[in-house]
Amino acid sequence: MKKKSKAFYVLWLFVMIFVMYMPIGVLAFYSFTDATQIGQTASFSVQNYISLVTNPELRGMIINTFVLAFFVAALSTILGTAAAIGVHFGKARKVETFISLGNQVPVVNSDVVTGFSICILLMVFLHMDKSTYLPLVIGHMTLCTPFVYLSVRPALKMFDMAHYEAAIDLGATPFYAMVFVVIKELLPAIGTGFVTAVTLSLDDYFVTTYTKPAVFDTVSTYVVNATKGAMTQIKTALWALSTVIAVIVLVAVLLNSHRLRKGETS
Amino acid sequence: MNNHKSFIALPYGLFLTLFVILPFFVILYYALTDSTGAFTLVNFTHFFTNPKTMGTLVYSLLISVLTTVICLILAYPTAYILAKGGLKRSTVYLILLVVPMWINFTLRITALKEILTLLQGNIAYYPFFNTIVCMVYDYLPFMLLPIYNCLSEIGDEYGEAAMDLGADRVSTFFRVILPFSLPGIISGIMMVFLPTMTDYVILDMIYNSTYIMGSLIGSYFSSYDWNNGSMISVVLLSLIMMVNLAADWVIKKRG
Repeated sequence: MKKKSKAFYVLWLFVMIFVMYMPIGVLAFYSFTDATQIGQTASFSVQNYISLVTNPELRGMIINTFVLAFFVAALSTILGTAAAIGVHFGKARKVETFISLGNQVPVVNSDVVTGFSICILLMVFLHMDKSTYLPLVIGHMTLCTPFVYLSVRPALKMFDMAHYEAAIDLGATPFYAMVFVVIKELLPAIGTGFVTAVTLSLDDYFVTTYTKPAVFDTVSTYVVNATKGAMTQIKTALWALSTVIAVIVLVAVLLNSHRLRKGETS
Repeated sequence: MNNHKSFIALPYGLFLTLFVILPFFVILYYALTDSTGAFTLVNFTHFFTNPKTMGTLVYSLLISVLTTVICLILAYPTAYILAKGGLKRSTVYLILLVVPMWINFTLRITALKEILTLLQGNIAYYPFFNTIVCMVYDYLPFMLLPIYNCLSEIGDEYGEAAMDLGADRVSTFFRVILPFSLPGIISGIMMVFLPTMTDYVILDMIYNSTYIMGSLIGSYFSSYDWNNGSMISVVLLSLIMMVNLAADWVIKKRG
């Protein structure tokens, strides 16, 4: 009886995985053809991938998206890690409560409201010019920093204070101990926070739409606008983009989990 | 550990004050004033008395509830099988199911849109069905992960103890496993319910011209109507707060 239910379990999982990946898989298949519509018979071609790299509009948009994401993630990681360390090492309860509560707001809030509120504050109330990119960066940081904090804070709770105190006892300055003992032990959590921040920034649509300068586009805003009456070449090039991103993410996550599993057994 | 080390957290404290707390007050200000800056409740009264806008609210709730329920029905068994099914490669299956979360949602929806067009000819003929399908497709991983995390932390000894005491598998599930997995379910609901009320870009992408709450903000933004846009934001923020408080109450009541 156990064998029957296990077979059923695997079947259910395969159905779920199939449904999840079928759209991406179909797009991947057609991205390697010269078809202009899904379902059309066509021949093999890598023209879509070539457009991705050679079309200046697409290239610019992709580079913009990644530069923004990594820049914002770096800033957010510094800000969020500092907050988690300050909250943990300091004794001020009020600071901890304030930061913990404030931190939850962008997490549970809808992106649309977060984006709109940043827009209202900076561009309407303070008349900031959005071509300074400041609203965009601030908007993304508001979205990303809470998740860095949520990633680092639990790791700090598990941190053994004895390590820090031992370093101080052995003559290290607090600064040295902080950097070379605490942060070094926190690196996995900080890394996870950084990756989460990058992913959030790459995936965001609403905050970007409400705060971006007119000439700037990220993958999300570009794809949404391209959907409304697309040029065929752009449409099929986006199929190639989906495939590339899907493959990169899948490989990265599988490699990472393999690395973690190896770490456990070694 | 000294008091003065708290200052390391101060930059973020300042950041939160400026960009999370302050906007809330600014939005409240704009929601309660009209374009001349005079205090008025007109924005709110117009919203709650206009059948079109109330219809939008109801439609949003309908989509959100339906999406959340369907995600729950699909995600819970999946999470259970992954956490308690005793399969050898559970981790790989989990990763495969969760990875789509990290692929840009506009690209995923575009992919799904192509499939739906292939199957339906013209997706504009089935706006409601396609909306639900796309929403569920987008948010399913977000429901799956919290429930899985919660289920995987329930020790096997609870179920075994219950069965030792004479309970059958069904009772064990409903009286032991399900209550323990409640925090995960609530977490999943929070990650799906509210965002689906405001994620209007999915509707835009599949040519569904009906409005949800998020679309209202979008249209007020395009017409520079900051007062009404702020009013909708206040309504949504109140809703979020109520849902959060309700969730906290449910978790506390469980003890």
